[in-house]
Amino acid sequence: MSSDGAGRPERREEVEERADRRLRRRYASERAFRTAGLVAIAFSLSALGALLGSIVLDATGALTVHSVRLELDLDPAQLDPYGDRSPDSLASGNAAAVLRSGLASEFPEVTGRSEKRALGELLSVGASYDLLDRIVAEPELLGSRLEFRALLSDDADLALRGETEEGVDEADRKLSGAQQAWLASLSERGRIENHWNLRFLTTGDSRDPEIAGVQGAIRGSFLTLIVTLLLSFPLGVAAAIYLEEFAPRNRLTDLIEVNINNLAAVPSIVFGLLGLAVFLNVFGLPRSAPLVGGMVLGLMTLPTVIIAARAALSAVPPSIREAALGVGASPTQAVLHHVVPQALPGILTGTIIGMARALGETAPLLMIGMVAFIVDLPTGPTDPSTVLPVQIYLWAEAPERAFAARTAAAILVLLGFLVTMNSVAVWVRRRFESRV
Amino acid sequence: MKVKMQTRGLDVFYGEKQALQSVDLEIHANEVTALIGPSGCGKSTYLRCLNRMNDVVPGCRVSGDVTLDGRDIYDSKLDVVKLRARVGMVFQKPNPFPKSIYENVAYGPRIHGIARTKSDLDELVRQSLRKAGLLEEVESRLDESGTSLSGGQQQRLCIARAIAVSPEVILMDEPCSALDPIATARVEELIDELREQFTIVIVTHSMQQAARVSQRTAFFHLGSLVEVGETGKIFTNPAEKRTQDYITGRFG
Ligand SMILES: Nc1ncnc2c1ncn2[C@@H]1O[C@H](COP(=O)(O)OP(=O)(O)OP(=O)(O)O)[C@@H](O)[C@H]1O
Ligand SMILES: [Mg+2]
Repeated sequence: MSSDGAGRPERREEVEERADRRLRRRYASERAFRTAGLVAIAFSLSALGALLGSIVLDATGALTVHSVRLELDLDPAQLDPYGDRSPDSLASGNAAAVLRSGLASEFPEVTGRSEKRALGELLSVGASYDLLDRIVAEPELLGSRLEFRALLSDDADLALRGETEEGVDEADRKLSGAQQAWLASLSERGRIENHWNLRFLTTGDSRDPEIAGVQGAIRGSFLTLIVTLLLSFPLGVAAAIYLEEFAPRNRLTDLIEVNINNLAAVPSIVFGLLGLAVFLNVFGLPRSAPLVGGMVLGLMTLPTVIIAARAALSAVPPSIREAALGVGASPTQAVLHHVVPQALPGILTGTIIGMARALGETAPLLMIGMVAFIVDLPTGPTDPSTVLPVQIYLWAEAPERAFAARTAAAILVLLGFLVTMNSVAVWVRRRFESRV
Repeated sequence: MKVKMQTRGLDVFYGEKQALQSVDLEIHANEVTALIGPSGCGKSTYLRCLNRMNDVVPGCRVSGDVTLDGRDIYDSKLDVVKLRARVGMVFQKPNPFPKSIYENVAYGPRIHGIARTKSDLDELVRQSLRKAGLLEEVESRLDESGTSLSGGQQQRLCIARAIAVSPEVILMDEPCSALDPIATARVEELIDELREQFTIVIVTHSMQQAARVSQRTAFFHLGSLVEVGETGKIFTNPAEKRTQDYITGRFG
């Protein structure tokens, strides 16, 4: 070695230089690789940002609504038609008339019948509902004067947001020139208020965008997912445990395995058709019900759960099974006491991801009639209802311009749900992994 | 001399590959039998036949007779779970459960209902850990994970786990390969103590260990049993040339 180095120093330098060059090249390619990765991440993040940004921007129109403050004469003749102040009587009062005359009193110059009707059209039916609720809750208000915040219609709301209808023929405009002038006048007098649209989160669907809400869809999604979970988790985990731990390896189990993998790739609408044919037509289960939706989505999620659970189970080292068997545990005990607890984080993560996919599904639910227009909030799994993605689909189709903002806001709610579920998945994983 | 376990004409195949050929061997009660031989000669395979651990290896086929107290353990009427409670095992690679140290040892007694009360179980766990020479090191952290121990500590934990269910026969597959000399001495002492109640089969690569702890030694080579006899005789005056070569370090 030493004689080599002393005898041919230039050769050694050559070798070193070559090694140096190689090292430099390696560093360079490493840097290039890292940069490529960063660029890819930056690109996907900006795409995501743009998408989210545009949705949030679109949704702002649904976060607040405009109302007008009116002095109302709570005329018992109108609001208590039977005259006995019973809830029945109060609930059938003509709130709309009271509101209309309250608004008309702001514009004494408006006298014509059709003009008065046009003025009344500025108010939303939501205002009548609100007033009725108020009277039913506080009947002692009858006969007095009340300052009341009356919800404006969606077209008035849009106009107040500065969405003009230029370019639209005067006759086709949603708001006539007179209506716009009245709004401007109310606004000048400081009677218009812009406030949070809490109703959006608390009510069901409606034909009127300003009073439409996602609560019905949220409940529908929740009920549907519960059914999905109850169906797919126990079945999926049991099937996975059997296939992974107990089933003999033969033609039949191979066939089953291939079919499960195929099933996971079947387009979701096919499951919807299955639900329509079997659950509705054969078993006669109710249409549009979260029960059926959940069953369809449960079948759809089942293969995903099985595959995730099997992967998690097979990742448990065999030495753990041997250890349990070696102290005299039965195969079932070995699996239930040692293998499944080890695999649980993976099983749960897979299940939650499957559920998140089910949450976003629309197509199979259309097949079983969950696309209906449903105002009432569902209270049980057999009540007709929609789910969030279907609600989004319905609103996106609706002709009223104000539904565009509702669509975006509902998408935000759906995304919120997904983020929550994924965070739960992460949390569950951490929790179970840190356990000894 | 009572024969505790016996194999006759034992053949083991992994798929097409034959790992053991016609092994006839007697394991004497209350003795330590050492299995020696070069790597891959089938010592672990033989050991795993004695408590039917090979049942769970896919593609593994066992034929021939294996008896425990004269009863065929591959008899379909025999309950394999009960068998494994009677014939315990310490594996070549330490495999503690990913649970607490306490749970590792308590698991066997619990599923067999050995300890009646919580304090009985506590005592059993401590006693097993003490016998395995681990108690002092882990006394203050019994609820820490078994997998957080060092390799040698894990192996002793596995020994404690095996003896906690008081099996009649204990199979040990190189129990000391990851232990320092002190722990090794401790385990060897333990083996000597255990011999009074139990029957022990130990696989070892250390000739000294085989000579120190065992009464009988069996030499395996290429899947067959070459020679078996009293340890003293095997090490001083083996009948077979191959045995002689192996223990003097000429091959293996
Ligand atoms: N699960 C298995 N599948 C296939 N072949 C196996 C399996 N286990 C062991 N063998 C083969 O059986 C032969 C004997 O293996 P065994 O583990 O019994 O050797 P060993 O004597 O314990 O060796 P070592 O001293 O290295 O532990 C080896 O040739 C090995 O390749
Ligand atoms: Mg071995």
